[in-house]
Amino acid sequence: MTTDYSDLTELAGTAFVPRVHSDRVLTKKEFVSDQEVRWCPGCGDYAILAAFQQFVPELGIAPENMVVVSGIGCSSRFPYYVDSYGMHAIHGRAPSLATGIATSRPDLSVWIMTGDGDALAIGGNHLIHALRRNVNLNIVMFNNEIYGLTKGQYSPTSPAGLVTKSTPFGSVDHPFNPIRLALGSDATFVARTIASDRQHLTATLRQAALHRGASFVEVLQNCVIFNDGAFDGLKDTTDGARILRMEAGQPLIAGERCVVRDPLHGLTVVPTSAVDESKILKHDPKAHNPGIAFALASIEGADNRDFLPIGVFREIVRPAYDDEVREQIRTYVDAAGGLPTDQDIASLLAGRNTWTVS
Amino acid sequence: MTTHEVQQVHRIAVRFSGDSGDGMQLTGDRFTSDTALFGNDLATLPNYPSEIRAPQGTLAGVSNFQLQFGDHRIHTPGDKPDVLVAMNPAALKANSKEVRPGGHIIVDADTFNKRALDKLGYADDPLTDGTLGDFYVHAVPMTSMTLAALEEFDLSKKDKERSKNMFALGLVSWLFSHSLDSTKAFLTSKFAKKPHVLQANVAALEAGWTYGENTEVFGVRYEVAPATMEAGVYRNITGNTATAYGLVMGAHRAGLQLVLGSYPITPATDILHALSQLKRYNVMTMQMEDEIAGIGAALGASFAGKLGVTTTSGPGMCLKSEFMGLAVMTELPLVIVDVQRGGPSTGLPTKTEQADLLQALYGRHGESPVAVIAAQSPADCFAAAYEACALAIKYRHPVILLTDGYLGNGSEPWKLPDVSTIPAITPDLATAHNAVDAKGEPTFHPYKRDPQTLARPWAVPGTPGLAHRIGGLEKADGSGVISQDPANHDRMTRLRVEKVNRMVADIPDLAVTDPTGEADLLILGWGSSYGPITAACQNLWKSGVPVAQAHLRHLNPLPKNTGEVLRRFKRVVVPEMNLGQLSKILRAEFLVDIQSVTSVRGLPFAVPEIEDLINQHVADLAGTLQEA
Repeated sequence: MTTDYSDLTELAGTAFVPRVHSDRVLTKKEFVSDQEVRWCPGCGDYAILAAFQQFVPELGIAPENMVVVSGIGCSSRFPYYVDSYGMHAIHGRAPSLATGIATSRPDLSVWIMTGDGDALAIGGNHLIHALRRNVNLNIVMFNNEIYGLTKGQYSPTSPAGLVTKSTPFGSVDHPFNPIRLALGSDATFVARTIASDRQHLTATLRQAALHRGASFVEVLQNCVIFNDGAFDGLKDTTDGARILRMEAGQPLIAGERCVVRDPLHGLTVVPTSAVDESKILKHDPKAHNPGIAFALASIEGADNRDFLPIGVFREIVRPAYDDEVREQIRTYVDAAGGLPTDQDIASLLAGRNTWTVS
Repeated sequence: MTTHEVQQVHRIAVRFSGDSGDGMQLTGDRFTSDTALFGNDLATLPNYPSEIRAPQGTLAGVSNFQLQFGDHRIHTPGDKPDVLVAMNPAALKANSKEVRPGGHIIVDADTFNKRALDKLGYADDPLTDGTLGDFYVHAVPMTSMTLAALEEFDLSKKDKERSKNMFALGLVSWLFSHSLDSTKAFLTSKFAKKPHVLQANVAALEAGWTYGENTEVFGVRYEVAPATMEAGVYRNITGNTATAYGLVMGAHRAGLQLVLGSYPITPATDILHALSQLKRYNVMTMQMEDEIAGIGAALGASFAGKLGVTTTSGPGMCLKSEFMGLAVMTELPLVIVDVQRGGPSTGLPTKTEQADLLQALYGRHGESPVAVIAAQSPADCFAAAYEACALAIKYRHPVILLTDGYLGNGSEPWKLPDVSTIPAITPDLATAHNAVDAKGEPTFHPYKRDPQTLARPWAVPGTPGLAHRIGGLEKADGSGVISQDPANHDRMTRLRVEKVNRMVADIPDLAVTDPTGEADLLILGWGSSYGPITAACQNLWKSGVPVAQAHLRHLNPLPKNTGEVLRRFKRVVVPEMNLGQLSKILRAEFLVDIQSVTSVRGLPFAVPEIEDLINQHVADLAGTLQEA
């Protein structure tokens, strides 16, 4: 009730979470639970867990002030492995639980660990609304383009034509592009990273944690059992780098190719040697208009992984839902001189029209 | 000025009826408020279509508001109205058959034109063709008189016509000798920023009153003396408002913030509206993207150490059921309010029913016990909601509060409770380790239960040393780690059921009222049927009819003497607004041959219906006894 929301632009995602005493050095170990990790050997999820546990001590917040919420799926086992408070909930609904937690408790760092099926299929509705509301929480979506826990059915991000147990003749579903969905939901922080790139993954999670409002991070993650090699194409650099590492203020160049404005399509990819350096687009994730971010997410080659932008697509400042909800309450509680007393409750119950029977 | 005879009567039922845009609900509300302030006991029931503005002048668009008031305790809004105010021919057609023979029908004569009558298939004008011969019909040109009264006002004709409901209210207020003061005060505050509209409404209101006073249309005025009621300060309250306030009371007594996650649905939305106003009372409301997210946000808040509440009606209950299962599994406090309406599916959104009982008790997969409480009258929703909070917090378990459209929208006078006497609720949040691990180190076991209540400790995020993970997967008894062990699942399943059963310690015995002391017949109700059953019993007790009455407030667990009460009577009759759901439960639990009486018309039982039922059974039992 005494937090100060006056200068939102300066607020970090963890602004109201208590910091541990400066003498206390947090370690990775404090965020590791006693539960045996039970993902398949070689699963990309291990890398995400390790990167998460490695970086969160930097935030300076004690494990008890962190809550990890998940739905159902392989990724959703995550909370059991982190020695914080956690809830392994029901399929697709983690954003609603997390909204209740984050809105009622500004002193907690709230994380949703989810997958492409959990977040985009059964939980699609909750995801888009958490993003548009801009609740102060972090959504990390592990995208392996398959349902793993139910043993290999196509997901909302599986490419059309994918042969799975439920699409023996190839999927005819058109997939979601999670970045475009998040941008379309007017998310204030939208990023993509890759589980196999530890450094980029860690940097992206760190940036998400510091963002106030909802942060959405898509992590491309390999399922070794049911969709192995889904992202192998990205490793192939024989014809030049396929991954565009976007960095704020830097020109968008990947290997021999770069991004320039295109009057017809917004943006296009051209050989770097063919354009003047000044024509190469510089990355600006803080642009309020999501147009360029959307064009980057849709850039030629992105959907078939010939040219895939990773990094932060969008990072803008907009008041967080939960801050505003609490602020409204604080305003009225303060104006009335504090929390209600019995007398206040009695006058609420009485309302404006009473009569006395003697 | 003419003088009118004033006739004293004990009770009167009035029904206001018009197009859904005619302002009948407001007119009814105002008349109710005046009646309550005068000191009559009363009960109200709005009855409106699910369309916001159905085509004008059609039967589909008719919106009703009925109230019954009297000089004694009133339990229902009345069955056959003594006075019908019909603002157009459709309102007349929809309601005239239900008016008590000898009653008054007041119509806006200006609306009875050929076009309107043709639309409804009237061959002749019902005001003059003799079909209303059983009633006193008063054809009052309300529209034109309202326009005349507002001639001087700088308002459009359409805006002036909108004040005709105030004309009607003024006229009915005159008929029942009601003062206009409280309505004038209401209008003054409502239209503080629109003095024109305020003055027009007051002028129309006064014109209606003056019309009654100055004409001989009515030969008689009525007076209903104030009711003899327990001393105290009263207000009139709807069930939905009382529910909202009961939840606020529960959270306040527990020292917890009330956090509502909800989604608009008729007829529960007014609870969301009411709670959204209460920021000053530290109430947090979140209108979520759907019913599922509503309960999700509430359960999240409970996990975070708040009192999570979600409010809905039948279709929303279906959507919330998976989350209720998670609440059962995670054993967190949660209050779920179901304002029942006609079902299944979209059903009768604005009509009442009690057909969600089995759903509340069993409508989840697996063995998923939830405590269920049902309120019995609009004002009782306050106490029932408070109790739901108390049980949810004490036992760390979801509690379903069942009300219904009749209770939620209906209203009655409420004697304000003395807030200081409402007992405290102790959340007793966990702060310390409660176990030792394999190495002998102190640790926290989230499922180590209180030996008395079987409640598990509630350790909220932010508490050092007690970090733990819970979720939908079965947990090991005590430690709370994931367990698929067969014996553990069997034990945990039984423990969850046993925990809910132990709530019986906090539940009063089922009370039986049997003034004759010799009843062989017990009439047993639950929920909102309390009103008509009580009114019927009280009427019959006056003439010594041997019938006993009991009413179930707790549906799970049932009061511990329930079986004993049922077996004490030769016959037990259970009327319900469903196809026999409570009867089924009682037969299964107690092997008693319950006689089920059912009705699903979207309306409460009528008092004479219950009286006939009782009389038949009493006669039948007497016959049986003679033969024996």
